[in-house]
Amino acid sequence: MADSDTAVRPPSAPDTVKILIAGGFGVGKTTMVGSVSEITPLSTEEALTVAGLDVDDLAGVEEKRATTVALDFGRITIGQELVLYLFGTPGQQRFWFMWNDLAIGALGAVVLIDVRRPESSFAAIDFFERRGIPFVVGVNGFHGRHPYPPETIRDALALPEHAQVLLCDARERGSCRDVLLALIDQLIASADRSGPGIFGDGRGPRS
Amino acid sequence: MNGGDAAGRLVRPFTLTGGRTRPTRADFTLISTVTAVDPPPEWGSRPQPEHTRILKRCAEPIAVAELAALLDLPVSVVVIMLCDLLEAGRITVRPPHPLSRTPDLEMLQKVRDGLGRL
Repeated sequence: MADSDTAVRPPSAPDTVKILIAGGFGVGKTTMVGSVSEITPLSTEEALTVAGLDVDDLAGVEEKRATTVALDFGRITIGQELVLYLFGTPGQQRFWFMWNDLAIGALGAVVLIDVRRPESSFAAIDFFERRGIPFVVGVNGFHGRHPYPPETIRDALALPEHAQVLLCDARERGSCRDVLLALIDQLIASADRSGPGIFGDGRGPRS
Repeated sequence: MNGGDAAGRLVRPFTLTGGRTRPTRADFTLISTVTAVDPPPEWGSRPQPEHTRILKRCAEPIAVAELAALLDLPVSVVVIMLCDLLEAGRITVRPPHPLSRTPDLEMLQKVRDGLGRL
């Protein structure tokens, strides 16, 4: 409570930011994190407790005992003073409510799509759209193959024209870097327009 | 890291927190950076073994998520113990970069340059 016990910050502690890597189960999120991370992706557990969650958010949670869900993440040191963390969101449908906590303070998100089953990432797109969180869509080609052009995928996902759809290979560092750069460029462009964000005022409707 | 299935393990580590499941303060996010105070304050009680493990890991600044992963403990358990250490004056915490409604162009440009070097 009191401010007096907050000690002086050591100068060596870096500033930190995060980007989420989202999408359906098994779409390649951890692969992508691992491709660009300077460390082997770490996995930590978050304990889930039912108390404190919105009732809405519990829809689909069959397991109401205290349990844990794994979070995979990686790190990119931007410089001595700035570190970027990449968090893979839990893919299983029943853990989506955790994304609320993860999304707080995130610069934006990459939603990964598997062209063989794009529907598994619909909910992720919906999540970020409704909350006004900037995102780009990365189409992770199976074995690096891309049968459809980005426009076809954009139409299939009913994405607005300004939403970026990028073909990528989650196993390739350069490819993943380009997807992240596209997201950052989008953030920079929206900052230049001095608007609060490209998807409205950042306060999406609550269901 | 060896916790078995992604979902399903019941949470025993809360025994480390004396049964507490809620942090006493909200300073700690996944990417807050914690650093042990060096030298440690002379006053106060001796830290518990788990607290000592944390202090060893944060001799250099480390993010809460990394700390939890390295200790193989749930984030929420680590956060409760970090609250103890903060209140005992044994660690400092740095919050993440604040995000405002007007994006921080300088920071974004730094991130862009850093990614470009990958």
